[in-house]
Amino acid sequence: MKTLRGMLAGAAIATALVVTGAVQAQEPVKGGTLVIGTTQKPRHLNPAVQSGVATAVPGTQIFATPLRFDAEWQPQPYLAESWEVADDGKSITLHLRKGATFHDGKPITSGDVAFSVKTVKENHPFKTMYGPVTSVDTPDEQTAVINFDAPHPAALLAMSSALLPILPEHVYGDGQDPKSHPANSQTVGSGPFKLVEYKPGEHIILEKNPDYFLEGKPHLDRIIIKNYKDVTSMVLAADKGEIDMLPFLTSTRDLDRLKKNDALEVTNQGYAAVGPINWLAFNTKNEILKDLKVRQAIAYAIDRNFIVNALHSGFSTPVTGPVVSGSPFAAPDVNGYDLDLDKANALLDEAGHARDGDGTRFKLSLDYIPGFAEMQKTVAEYLRPQLKKVGIEVKLRASPDFPTWAKRVSGHDFDMSMDIVFNWGDPVIGVHRTYLCSNIREGVIWSNTQSYCNEEVDTLLGQAGTETDQAKRADLYRKAQAMIVDDVPLVFLNELPYHTVYDKKIGNAPLSIWGPMAPMDDVYKSQ
Amino acid sequence: MLLWTVIRRLIYSVILVVAVLVLNFLLIHLAPGDPADVIAGEMGGATEEVLASIRKAYGLDQPLYVQLWVYLKAAAGGDLGQSFFYNAPVIDLILDRVGATLLLVFTALGFAIVVGTTLGVIASRKPTGIVSNLVTVISVIGYSAPIFWTGIMLIIVFASLIPLFPISNMYDVTKSVGPFGYALDVAHHLVLPAFTLGIVYLAQYSRLTRASMLEVLGSDYIRTARAKGVSERKVYGRHALRNAVLPIITIAGLQFGGIVSGAVLVETVFNWPGLGTLAFDSILARDYPTILGILFFSAVIVIVANLITDLLYRVADPRIRMAK
Repeated sequence: MKTLRGMLAGAAIATALVVTGAVQAQEPVKGGTLVIGTTQKPRHLNPAVQSGVATAVPGTQIFATPLRFDAEWQPQPYLAESWEVADDGKSITLHLRKGATFHDGKPITSGDVAFSVKTVKENHPFKTMYGPVTSVDTPDEQTAVINFDAPHPAALLAMSSALLPILPEHVYGDGQDPKSHPANSQTVGSGPFKLVEYKPGEHIILEKNPDYFLEGKPHLDRIIIKNYKDVTSMVLAADKGEIDMLPFLTSTRDLDRLKKNDALEVTNQGYAAVGPINWLAFNTKNEILKDLKVRQAIAYAIDRNFIVNALHSGFSTPVTGPVVSGSPFAAPDVNGYDLDLDKANALLDEAGHARDGDGTRFKLSLDYIPGFAEMQKTVAEYLRPQLKKVGIEVKLRASPDFPTWAKRVSGHDFDMSMDIVFNWGDPVIGVHRTYLCSNIREGVIWSNTQSYCNEEVDTLLGQAGTETDQAKRADLYRKAQAMIVDDVPLVFLNELPYHTVYDKKIGNAPLSIWGPMAPMDDVYKSQ
Repeated sequence: MLLWTVIRRLIYSVILVVAVLVLNFLLIHLAPGDPADVIAGEMGGATEEVLASIRKAYGLDQPLYVQLWVYLKAAAGGDLGQSFFYNAPVIDLILDRVGATLLLVFTALGFAIVVGTTLGVIASRKPTGIVSNLVTVISVIGYSAPIFWTGIMLIIVFASLIPLFPISNMYDVTKSVGPFGYALDVAHHLVLPAFTLGIVYLAQYSRLTRASMLEVLGSDYIRTARAKGVSERKVYGRHALRNAVLPIITIAGLQFGGIVSGAVLVETVFNWPGLGTLAFDSILARDYPTILGILFFSAVIVIVANLITDLLYRVADPRIRMAK
């Protein structure tokens, strides 16, 4: 067994220095209410059976997880005060804090951990997270040993943020389907805040948990997550000082406006683990697009810098590979496909697509997700005249709403589509799904909807998924990414410009790798 | 006689409600994509197994006619089903929000009738005067401006540039005040949405009152009243307006259904937590039971309103009552 505790103290100090920002020298103030503005509406508040930021932001305040991660991608103790990874990487032993209780006063035991792992494994949409789990042993009340059928280096990250909320077995273990359990909207967790009121589409009121297992925390008395109908009215409210924090803001015009407000801090920190990528996907089964040269030509015809600097006013950042730059598994040295119209034209000529009388080589349709105008529709509108330059006539195909778009793309009824897909921290969780041959599925959105298949890539991803040596793992991912980028199943465009806007009165703003999807027990509000 | 009419009307109403339910059920299922896609989208993607389990949990794996039959049977027993999206009983979601919608609709309707009628009467005094023309211009603008545009403009002017009113929602959840403070807070939040919804109808009422008044003012009995020396105030108030207001009452009854649908837009712009916002979200989420529940509910309201109007006519107007 090797212990990870030794490195934690130093990492914790470094993190504290990084994350505290403008008000770092100040002593945390006790009390006060933090008002968070959002346009997202959660289905319910139980992240064990529901992914997505709408559930994760309140969910991580209500439910504690075994571990938490700092801004340097280092695991930190949370509900587990220490842990060991077996030498063969096939088990992780968690040592839970003594005396920790749920919001209803019942003690948290290793049985609750085993129950939560089972619930997440069976119900969470990210099957790869706990797929390798074979069993959970509970030798005593405070010890849980999670066993895997193969080394599972992604497991530590999968025990943080909203990915493994520790559920009370005495509430959820009554035999009802956890996906539609009534307790999902009247939650009992063990996190720093308790649920007081949940009005779907209106607000969520959370109150300080006086029996929180971390002494002296949380600092805030209440958190109110307030729903707004649209970004415009939410931004107006922030400008007026009605809201203390706006997480997950991407609208560049609004960011520009809020940056000019002296009372507010605007930062893009806190989204490294989310890793949201905006890309152009190809249906590689399409008669024209199955030709690698055509896909390469399209990649060379797109000016990523124009998208980032002109369309997104410099707020978003370019992405060239499947893993975002903030991740330790990023591959910055892959082929960037810098704008080269001559090369694009030459490739299309080589592919045998001659121009007709009015200069057109062929026609393709382009879908985009409705409701994300700046990232999706605007970029799609730019691509139409841009690809016309190399003789490709693009017809934009709008979808009235998300289900319509999802039906088309997951049913492989598209030529090209804009898409937004998250890395979700570890490549095993959010990256593999897009590229594995085995994940080409009918009717499943955000599977391998490109129908891309390269056995070598599959092998590399398989090896990387079980490699416990961090350096070797990163190397395997670099090789896999280089291959993927060369095969061009999609053109990587930009990282979504997620920003958190917060009042300067807010201290210790949540800027770890999980940002606002992490417990805000350190956050305080100076008067 | 009246009882038989009521019974016949009730039977028609029940048939109408069932027809509304069946038609809405079929129309909603024609839309591409299903609730499982939306739930999977919210989840950040899902495997076939998860999708299948979602479909099974909500009965979406059954043939459409089975789903329809199950729904109708449950609805007959007063059970409108479980919301796919909010994971809560539809009837609870509707009852939780109906108060907010009724408050908005009645305030807007009251405002439109009182102010619209008053403006119409003022305009009718001098049909070619400045005031009359001004009322006409305001009416045309009010009627032709899209309701969501008016709402957004009011937010920009009266909530942002001149911050007199709140931007959205029905009350400020961050303030803890007593019942009186809460009522004041709701009233403060109600001003802009009620004005937005009311302005369209205000335009109609002022035009209708103006036209109706002008017609009545030309009648013989008005001339007689004036000839016998009745004051102008009484001529307008007691003789002319009483008769001119009849078509306005009729229109108000008929418009009730329309104003409920108008509330969808206004509630959406102002994030007013009523049935409109719920309907909007449910449509985007393909939350079939909730959409059907709201449509059922609004259909019942309109049918009941029409039934009452119809019966009131019979009571009020002897000509209808006596007609064979």
